[in-house]
Amino acid sequence: MAVKKKCCSAGETKVLLVCAGASNVGQLTNDVAKQLASAGEACFFCLAGIGGHVSGMIASVRGADKVVVLDGCPGACAKKTMDAAGLKDYEHLVVTDLGIEKQHTFEISKADFQKTLEAARKRLVCASGE
Amino acid sequence: MKKLQVLGTGCPKCKKLAENAEAAAKALGIEYELEKVTDINKIMKFGVMITPALAVDGEVKTAGKVPSVDEIKSMIS
Repeated sequence: MAVKKKCCSAGETKVLLVCAGASNVGQLTNDVAKQLASAGEACFFCLAGIGGHVSGMIASVRGADKVVVLDGCPGACAKKTMDAAGLKDYEHLVVTDLGIEKQHTFEISKADFQKTLEAARKRLVCASGE
Repeated sequence: MKKLQVLGTGCPKCKKLAENAEAAAKALGIEYELEKVTDINKIMKFGVMITPALAVDGEVKTAGKVPSVDEIKSMIS
């Protein structure tokens, strides 16, 4: 049986992949991922690496303890990219499901950022309660 | 000749992965070359974000885990 651990490090590996799409809600996913990664709450992986079938990226996602995928809108491009790569074991969050309207602008309010940040943070919580 | 590359900076789990990979290759009776890649820049070129990782003929098969010898045998063959 495989031993699942990060190299030279204790604790669980939590990974975020986001759509980072060309709208307020798409960019909101990017901003939230940057914040969580900067705070050390998650590792931020490139979704483009999954779409590009980079074997190291795909294997790294498979090796993570917890994976959260953020999409801005119901188009769910990030989810579809994951599914196309055969990656199924993840939590999914769609920003518009939080009541934030999609607009083709890049203006993000502090309230929307905070709401999305908290929702993403909740999904990063592992079953172990960490 | 199979090219096996263990990607990691040299922690005990990297060493265990290298041992298991070598044992798997020997058990299969194949010709192989085992390389330990410890340079973080070279590791990043594989797209690996979590180590240790194992690449077979340039394709990363596993990352962030130490698979058993049997599991690695199925990755190699």
